[in-house]
Amino acid sequence: MPPLLQLDNVTICFGGLTAVCEVSATVNEHELVGLIGPNGAGKTTVFNMVTGVYQPTKGRISFTGQPTAGLKPFELTARGIARTFQNIRLFPSLTVFDNVRVAFHLHLEHDVLHSLTRGKKFHREEAELRERTRELLSIFNLERVQDEPAKSLPYGDQRRLEIVRALATKPKLLLLDEPAAGMNPAEKLELMKLIQFIQEKFKLAILLVEHDMKVVMGICQRIHVLEYGRKIAEGTPTEIRANPAVIAAYLGKEHA
Amino acid sequence: MLPRSQIWLLVVLAAAGGAAAFSGRMDDYVLDVALGVCINITLAVSLNLINGFTGQFSLGHAGFMAVGAYTAASLTKTLGEKLLPLVGGQPWILLPIALLAGGLVAAVAGLAVGTPSLRLKGDYLAIVTLGFGEIIKVIFQNVDFVGGALGLNGIPTTLNPAWVTVIVFSTLATAALTVYVVWGLLHSTYGRGFLAVADDEIAAESMGLNTTRYKITAFVVGAFFAGVAGGLYAHTKGTLTPGGFDFTKSIEIVVMVILGGMGRHVGVIIAAILLTVATEWLRNFGDYRMIVYSLLLIVLMLTRPQGLFTWSWKKKAA
Repeated sequence: MPPLLQLDNVTICFGGLTAVCEVSATVNEHELVGLIGPNGAGKTTVFNMVTGVYQPTKGRISFTGQPTAGLKPFELTARGIARTFQNIRLFPSLTVFDNVRVAFHLHLEHDVLHSLTRGKKFHREEAELRERTRELLSIFNLERVQDEPAKSLPYGDQRRLEIVRALATKPKLLLLDEPAAGMNPAEKLELMKLIQFIQEKFKLAILLVEHDMKVVMGICQRIHVLEYGRKIAEGTPTEIRANPAVIAAYLGKEHA
Repeated sequence: MLPRSQIWLLVVLAAAGGAAAFSGRMDDYVLDVALGVCINITLAVSLNLINGFTGQFSLGHAGFMAVGAYTAASLTKTLGEKLLPLVGGQPWILLPIALLAGGLVAAVAGLAVGTPSLRLKGDYLAIVTLGFGEIIKVIFQNVDFVGGALGLNGIPTTLNPAWVTVIVFSTLATAALTVYVVWGLLHSTYGRGFLAVADDEIAAESMGLNTTRYKITAFVVGAFFAGVAGGLYAHTKGTLTPGGFDFTKSIEIVVMVILGGMGRHVGVIIAAILLTVATEWLRNFGDYRMIVYSLLLIVLMLTRPQGLFTWSWKKKAA
C-alpha cells in the first residue's frame, strides 16, 4: 500500500530563492508525524504545497497514491486533506456553529437550487447536518458557545474551533500548523492530549508543524527535520534528539 | 405542507396581486413612488448578495440594470408590435418574458464581467466594475437601435391602462422574489459559504469551498435581479437614457446597502424604502441632492460604520 502522503524530491523556488529543495517525505495512514526546523526552514511552505496553495517547481506530491499537481486547495480538501493555520483563520463574524457547519458542506448531497425549493430532502439533510455539527462541537466542549461569533472566543477555544472545523471536512490527513503557538504550558499539555485523542477517535493521519519540542517529542511517532529548505533528518523522537545534524541546526556546531 | 418561507412568499404574492388589481385607481404619483420603492428593494437586496454577504465590492450594479432595462424595453416597445400578436395581444405574457430576458442578458453580462474580474479584491474589483458600468453606458449611447444618446422613448408604462396591472404586479412580485431568493440562498449550509467567502477567502478555500464559484454565483444572481429591476424601471419611467445608468445610480444602490448594514436582510430593505422616499423629499433640493446624499454617507460612515439597522433578527439562523 502506498503511503497516504508522499513528497518526492519536491522543490519550490520563489524567484531566485529556493524555499524548499528536494524534500522527500512520507506520512502513512493513521500516523502522527512531526515537521520541525528552525524559523524559515520551509515548514509552512511544505504545508502550502501539500494543500495546493503553491505548486512545486519540481518533484511531485501524491496523496492516496494520486498525484496532486494542478489541484486547487478546495479540491484537495474534498479528497481528504484539511488544515489549520499558523495565525488562526476562522470565519470571525460567523457563529461557532456556522463555522463548523460550513465545513460540512462538502458532504451535502443537495445543491444550491434546493435552498430555494426548500423541499423535504433539503430539510432532512439540513437537520441531519445540524445534528452532526452539534455532535462534533459537543465532543470538543464547544456547544456551550455555539451561538457566539467565532471572534469572541478566547484564544485557546479559537485554536480548538479551527481544528474542529477542519475535522468537519472529514479528512484523511490533518495538517496542523503550529497549534501550540501562544499557549501556556498547561494549555500545551491539553493540546497534546487533544491531538492524540483526535488521531484515535477520527482514525486519521496528522502532520504537525510545531516549534515546541515538548509537544513534538511527546506525541509524534516520526519526525522530519528541515533546515534552510532541505531535509536534514528523519526518525523517531529518540533518534532525532540524538541526531548531530539536528542539534547543530538548533544549537550550533559546537554542541553537536 | 409548504415550508414557512414559501407560505410567506405566496402571501406576499397574493397581496401583490390584490394591490395590482386596484392599481388603476391609485394616484399616479403614489403609485410611481411605490413602484420605485419595490425596484430599489430589488436592486439593494440583489447588490447586498454581492457586496454585503459575499464581500465583493461591486460598483457596477447600474450597468447590469441598464442591460436589463434596454433588453426588456426593446422587447416590449421596439419588437412589441410584432410580438404582441404572437402572444395573443396580452402584455400579461409579454412583460414577464421581457423581464426574464432582461434578467438573463444581465446575468450573462454578470458572468462575463465576473469571471475575469473576481480574481481581484477590494478596491481593484470596485474599479473594474465601475469601468464596466461606464462601458455599458457608452455602448448604449452609441447604439441607434435603442435610441443612442437621445434615449429610448415610448415604452409602455403604468399610464397605459392595458399595462398598468401587469407592471404593478410584476414589480411587487419581483421585489418579493428577490428577497426570497437571497434569503433562501443564505439560509442553508450551502449559503453560509457566501458569508465564509466574505470573512476569509483563504480559510474558505481550505474548507473545501470553491470560492470562485461562490463569487460568480453571487455576481450572476445579483446581476440577474438587477436586470429584472432595470426592465421594471423602464416600464415605470417610459423613457430610458444611458445617462440614467451612470456611476451615481450605482452609488445610490451601494448607499442603500451600506445604510442598511452590509449583509443584513431586513436592514437593507428598510434602507431601500427610506432612501427612495427620501429621494422624493430631496427633490426640493434639486441639483444639491447628491451633495445631501454624499453627506449622509459620510456622516453614516463616521458614526455607524456597521449600518443603521443592524439588530439581530433571530439569534439562531435556520
